[in-house]
Formats: sequence, structure tokens, C-alpha cells
Amino acid sequence: MEKKPVIEISHLYKSFGTVDVLKDFNLNLFEGENLVLMGKSGSGKSVMIKCLVGLMEVDKGSIKVLGKDISKLRQNELDELRTDIGFLFQGSALYDSMTVRENLEFPLRRHSHDTEKETKALVEEALENVGLPDTIDLMPAELSGGMQRRIALARALILKPKIIIYDEPTTGLDPITAKEIILLMMNIQEKYATSSLIITHDVDCARVISNRMILLLDGKDYAEGSFNDLAKSDDPKIKAFFK
Amino acid sequence: MKFFSSYQSGFNSFFVEIGEMGNFTGRYFRELFSRPFEFREFLKQCYQMGNKSLLLVSVTGFILGLVFTLQSRPTLMEFGAVSWMPSMISISIVREIGPVIIALICAGRIGSSIGAELGSMKVTEQIDAMEVSGTNPFKFLVVTRILAATCMLPILVIIGDFVALIGSAIIENTKGDVSFLLYFNQVFEALEFTDLIPATIKTFFFGFAIGLVGCFKGYNSKKGTAGVGKASNSAVVFTSMLLFVLDFIAVFITDIFYN
Repeated sequence: MEKKPVIEISHLYKSFGTVDVLKDFNLNLFEGENLVLMGKSGSGKSVMIKCLVGLMEVDKGSIKVLGKDISKLRQNELDELRTDIGFLFQGSALYDSMTVRENLEFPLRRHSHDTEKETKALVEEALENVGLPDTIDLMPAELSGGMQRRIALARALILKPKIIIYDEPTTGLDPITAKEIILLMMNIQEKYATSSLIITHDVDCARVISNRMILLLDGKDYAEGSFNDLAKSDDPKIKAFFK
Repeated sequence: MKFFSSYQSGFNSFFVEIGEMGNFTGRYFRELFSRPFEFREFLKQCYQMGNKSLLLVSVTGFILGLVFTLQSRPTLMEFGAVSWMPSMISISIVREIGPVIIALICAGRIGSSIGAELGSMKVTEQIDAMEVSGTNPFKFLVVTRILAATCMLPILVIIGDFVALIGSAIIENTKGDVSFLLYFNQVFEALEFTDLIPATIKTFFFGFAIGLVGCFKGYNSKKGTAGVGKASNSAVVFTSMLLFVLDFIAVFITDIFYN
């Protein structure tokens, strides 16, 4: 059976002043898939995902998430749709005035009608999933970079989203912690059957986790295929990604 | 020519910023009256701003009362008008010096803290994370902080004024042999509602200005960590200037109504 697309981006354009960041960019993410989007720093990867979740307006083109065109949604409908999307930020983006517990409770208190007991159980389960149950009462500043990334992942997962977007999940981490994060992402994908869009320039991460890859070059989806296909390509522009 | 063009661009960016602040204020009032109300966060901010500024405001008020009385005493003695001390001190503190000095202290304490907090949340993508999680960050962060500053500043000013009068009474008691009871009797005889009400009303506007500018600068901060420092600094500078403008307007209006 053919899998349904959960994200459809077609003919996306975005520019800042005279600088064209995205030019006719296209992407489809299918149900249960791990799609890696690779590109150089400053190639527009982060701009693309910010457009995808409605943090930035697009100049031209359409973005459909779970069948809904995000440019046509009202604010409350967009907020509702965002509960189906988990987002792991590059710098973790934990709320530093809140404890780990409060960070995880924050989306729950807004979007679910669980009792205090159920909320507590969900927070504990999320922390168990990322292997950090003892950090519940710590502040983000008391955690290492890797631990912060795990807690941010737990927060992204707490509403049981259908799609998870990872923005450079291994950037700034040592190789061992980066591997742990990659394994964690794979476990989560297996456990919750989510669809994942992973933005990275980490080739190791892409090799391990991707089902399919898109290479972003000059604001366009320059090449698409499996990791092995792209790694074997003779095109010098593609080769440059895998050096 | 270059001199004029740099002034022109400075003026342009000033007016652009004023316009943006106008939009920000309009958004605040729209979001203030729409659901959901972030009551828990509002109370948390009231605690942060009120309780944590209390010591600073009390110490400042106390020293203000002491110094003001010590400085005024010789002059009043020269004119044989030292018995007017409680009336003069109370009217000056309640009408003008208390609200302005305490608002300036709060601009430093509260305005800079809001600017720095929201600025660092902006550059570390915490505001984006909030928005992506389906929460309106403007409502959660901005509306609650501006409202808390608006509500807390009048309370802080009343406390600060009272502590300043205690400071003044201590000086009068030790230097002039005036009992506390007599001092405060004279204070309450001298003060009228026309002194208290306009002075209290203007503190709501001072609180609003402190919250608004702090939030505006922090929420729109750019250019990484340097931008956070700039947001915090310019929040204090701009608020201090705005407080004097608001004070002038308040005094002008009071003068029309009461004199």
C-alpha cells in the first residue's frame, strides 16, 4: 500500500531582502519515514523548517501538513495542528526559568485535559523514554548539553506528535553523546511510529537514521535518494556533501 | 552633507521604532482581553516583580526620606519654618519624588530584567519553541509581564512612600524631638486626596511604561547575546526618558483639573 505524505512542500520561495534563500524548493515526507535534509550551513535548512511550522511566512509556494495548507489556517487551527508536530531545536530551547518537570508539563497543561496524576505519569514516562528520570526537579542550566537535548526530545514527544522535526540534533555534541541521541531518535521512531524530518549536516547521523535523503543546494532540492545512492554519485556537488 | 544624512537616518529609525512600539501596544490591548487568560503566569510575575523589588524599594525609600529631611532641615530652620517639615516632606514625597524615584529604580530592576529575560529567550529560540508548542508567546510572556508591572508599581510606590516618611520621621525624632505620633498626625493633616489620587494614577502609567518598553525591547531583540545586553540597556534608558515625559504630562493634567 502506498504511504500517504504527511508533509508536502511545493515550489517554495523565500527571500530576505535581495538574498534568495529558497528557490522552488520541494519536499514530501511520508508516513513512518525518516527523511534527512542535508545542506551546507546557511543553505536555508532552518528557514525551511521555520516556514514549515508557521514561524515564518513564505513568499510563494504551498506547505501542507497532514493535508492542511498552513497558509490558510487561522491562528487557533495552526496552534491545534502544531500539537501534531514535535520540534527539537538546535540549541534545545528549554525554558530556562522552569524546571525539567515544568518544561515537560508546559505543553500538556495547554493542550490536554489530563488530571494532575495523569500529567505526572506522562512526564515521568517521557523522562524514562529518554533515560533521565532523575533530572525531574533540576533546572536546564544544571544539565549537560547532551542531557538538555534529551529533555528537549522528551518535551517534543510529550503530546505524542505524528511528525517530529529535528533541527541539527547532533550539532555541538561529542561523538559518543551524538551516537546516543541518534539511537534515541531511532528508538522513538520505532516506539511511536512517527514520521521524522531530520535537518543535519552530520553524515554519520544521516547514514544511520535516514530512509531517504534530500540535498539542499542553492535553495533547491538538488538531489534525492537513499544514503547509499547519493554517496555513490559521481556528481561533484553531491560528492562534496559526503567528504 | 554626511552629518545631515546620519541625523536623518537616526530620526527615521527613531520614528520607525515609535511606530513599531505603537503596534506592539495595540497588540497588547487586543491580546489582554482575549482568552485564554494566563492567570498563573500573571501571579508568578507579580511575585517576581513585587516581592523581589520590595527590599530595594524599601531601602531606597528609607534613604530618600532620611536624606531629604537632613538636607531640608537647615534651610527650614533658617526661616523658622521647621514645624512645616512633615507637611513639606510628605507632600513632596507623595506627589512627586516618591513615584518618580521608585519608578526609576523599578525601571532599572524590572525593566532591565524583562528586557534581558525576553531577549535571551528570543536568541535561544525559547520563544519559537513556545509558539511551536501551540502557545501564544505574546500572551504568555508579554501580556502577563506588562499587566504585572502595571499592577505592582503603584503598590511598590505606596510602600516606598511610607518607608520614606518613616525615614523622615526618624530624623525629625532624633534631631528635632518630634514624636512619631505628632509627625504622622501632621503628615495626614497635610495630605489630601488631591495629592494621593493623581500621584497613584500616574504610577499605573509608570508601571505600564516599564513593562511595555522592557517587553518590546526584549521581544524584538536581535543579533545574539550582544543584542540581549543592548535590549536590557536600551529598555532602562528609554523607560527612564519615558517616565519623565509621562510625569510631565501627569503633572500638567493634574494642574488643569485641580488648580
